[in-house]
Amino acid sequence: MSAPLLSVSGLTKHFPLKGGLFGRSTGTVRAVDGITFDVAEGETLGIVGESGCGKSTTARLLVDLITPDSGSIRLGGKEIGPDLSVRDLRRQVQMVFQDSYASLNPRLTMEDAISFGPMVGGMAGNKAVALARDLLARVGLDPSRFAGRYPHELSGGQRQRVNIARALAFSPKIVVLDEAVSALDKSVEAQVLNLLADLKAELGLTYIFISHDLNVVRYMSDRVMVMYLGQVAEIGPVEALYAAPAHPYSQALLAAMPSMDPDRRTMEAPLAGDPPNPINPPSGCRFHTRCRLADTVCSKGDPGLYVMPEAGHLAACHIHVPGSGHRDATSRAGVTA
Amino acid sequence: MSASLVELENLTVRFHGERTVHAVNGVSFTLKAGETLGILGESGSGKSVTLKTLLRLLPENRTEIGGGVRVDGTDILKLEGRALADHRGGTASMIFQDPMLALDPVYTIGEQIAEAVIRHEGVSSAEGMARALDMLTRVRIPSPERRLKAYPHEMSGGMRQRAMIALALACRPKLLLADEPTTALDATVQIQILILLRDLQREFGMGMIFVTHDIGVAVEVSDRVAVMYAGEIVETGSVRDLIRDPRHPYTKGLLAANLHGAVKGARLHAIPGAPPALAEVPKACSFAPRCPVKVSGCDNNRPPSVVLGEARQVRCILAVPAP
Ligand SMILES: Nc1ncnc2c1ncn2[C@@H]1O[C@H](COP(=O)(O)OP(=O)(O)OP(=O)(O)O)[C@@H](O)[C@H]1O
Ligand SMILES: Nc1ncnc2c1ncn2[C@@H]1O[C@H](COP(=O)(O)OP(=O)(O)O)[C@@H](O)[C@H]1O
Ligand code: SF4
Ligand SMILES: [Mg+2]
Ligand SMILES: [Mg+2]
Repeated sequence: MSAPLLSVSGLTKHFPLKGGLFGRSTGTVRAVDGITFDVAEGETLGIVGESGCGKSTTARLLVDLITPDSGSIRLGGKEIGPDLSVRDLRRQVQMVFQDSYASLNPRLTMEDAISFGPMVGGMAGNKAVALARDLLARVGLDPSRFAGRYPHELSGGQRQRVNIARALAFSPKIVVLDEAVSALDKSVEAQVLNLLADLKAELGLTYIFISHDLNVVRYMSDRVMVMYLGQVAEIGPVEALYAAPAHPYSQALLAAMPSMDPDRRTMEAPLAGDPPNPINPPSGCRFHTRCRLADTVCSKGDPGLYVMPEAGHLAACHIHVPGSGHRDATSRAGVTA
Repeated sequence: MSASLVELENLTVRFHGERTVHAVNGVSFTLKAGETLGILGESGSGKSVTLKTLLRLLPENRTEIGGGVRVDGTDILKLEGRALADHRGGTASMIFQDPMLALDPVYTIGEQIAEAVIRHEGVSSAEGMARALDMLTRVRIPSPERRLKAYPHEMSGGMRQRAMIALALACRPKLLLADEPTTALDATVQIQILILLRDLQREFGMGMIFVTHDIGVAVEVSDRVAVMYAGEIVETGSVRDLIRDPRHPYTKGLLAANLHGAVKGARLHAIPGAPPALAEVPKACSFAPRCPVKVSGCDNNRPPSVVLGEARQVRCILAVPAP
């Protein structure tokens, strides 16, 4: 098997919690706490989890909007820092955000918004403008109508197309889409999803697709990563994971999706209460405070990611760790990662 | 004489200002006591305006309302003063996506609920507080006695949503208007709130109109669903009929866009284009510019509402009426 395009290892980002007098630090938000995953060239990795679990922080680490406290990111086998400059990372990994309005400068026309980045990167003005018009056409916006428009003259779906075009202007290898379609109406969202699929095929892109919409993630992704309180709870091929989620948290998350069958409505909520915040995460398995299968071992030790029988499927739950001491452990044992 | 809790007859709502917005263009439906109607539609289709009309929450000076609106036998458009105040929060009440639209940040949850009960029912403050405690228990807020004394900002998102529901239901309204109350929540919390609303609706025997843009959410709570597009209801039916056998091309498109039956790797049947600007009264089918099965007649007249069966109607000239 060839080396993954992107390889993330032990990535960690903590934020000091400021408060009280003189803004002294009163704690630490463990937003991303030692996550490890790979992304192969040409695939789409979905990331799901409740709000605050660290999805956006992971995205911002990947595009170097924030600097990790520890851990490494490798792109094409080269480690960012020692082997590859942050500038290269920023060019090759681009991001599209949820809020299409906030990410566009209100005083720049669409043509200028798209050509700005490449020009700063040294591209000649006329070439950058030609590129911008080409990209507008690519994302389905006729340049003769849209090139001269300002953000307020576009609909949400059109602005999101421009944001995608802007990300593509750097000819990135990877595009990180953080809730990029979440603010759109369903009919427009479907148009943008089709566009993303077309661009991926045409340009050989690799996507990291973050969304709270589990239906959309299933449709878009080859593999999916489930995060809980800054850690990876489970990662695996999307169909295998949706059909038989191994981690009790993934099971609950999927069971919380509204039913589309009026004769089989959801009768009981799979989880009680709100998602906890990552300020003082629980000991051992972070999910043990909400897990209906928790045993004594769960609050004591971190289960770590274990390999499930299916290739590429890993879950962090004591049930899958042979000899972990969890009462259900033996029956469903996997192998150490 | 009528057995309906809500009767909307050809409702039109226009906003006057720099530009006139034709937000609601002839909406009719009825709701029986104890029934839940889901209103499904995309942004700007007129869902919130329809709900606000039922509580008369729209700005009086700029809004032109036509047609008939009756709730529990009362003509809502004629209400004034004390009768209007009694209607709001008494007969009918509303919950929102953002609970801070309903909750006051400077009073405790207990004070707010008690105050509403005292205002509407003239009970003592002790009785008001007792009702508040009862309501917090019913919406399953943990340690309700303690939460009576909590301020909204001291609660988590899901808890605030529950507190808003407690306030809305404190005076036992006959009609609950729910405007996307779970849209901003995590799916894990959303399902808790949907189940809670379903249970309370049954327990109190309320009628409920639940607005959402999420078909799955509509399926979880509704008996019947009305699909809105550009200020009109384009299709109504039981939630079963609508999901299994959508008839209006827009409803079909919406189901496809919700990835209902989507095949991985296959293109989505996305509806092209965007909804109309609502600058004028529709003279033709509002969906025609985006419709994949449009025929020449679609541009000429407004399609009639075709009755397909009991409680099932479609506004499309291609629909075949029930024999
Ligand atoms: N007070 C107002 N003044 C002027 N126009 C308004 C007012 N309220 C709503 N509108 C317009 O009426 C139309 C319908 O709005 P409405 O709020 O009912 O949409 P909605 O279906 O609830 O959408 P969403 O899903 O975004 O909440 C929109 O075009 C909106 O801009
Ligand atoms: N700049 C920051 N300063 C302090 N805390 C932050 C910052 N960014 C994110 N967080 C916190 O880190 C956690 C993870 O946030 P985020 O990655 O945005 O989650 P998600 O995108 O999964 O909802 C949250 O508790 C959030 O409040
Ligand atoms: S390790 Fe224990 S608490 Fe964590 S998910 Fe597994 S069973 Fe539940
Ligand atoms: Mg986020
Ligand atoms: Mg609305």
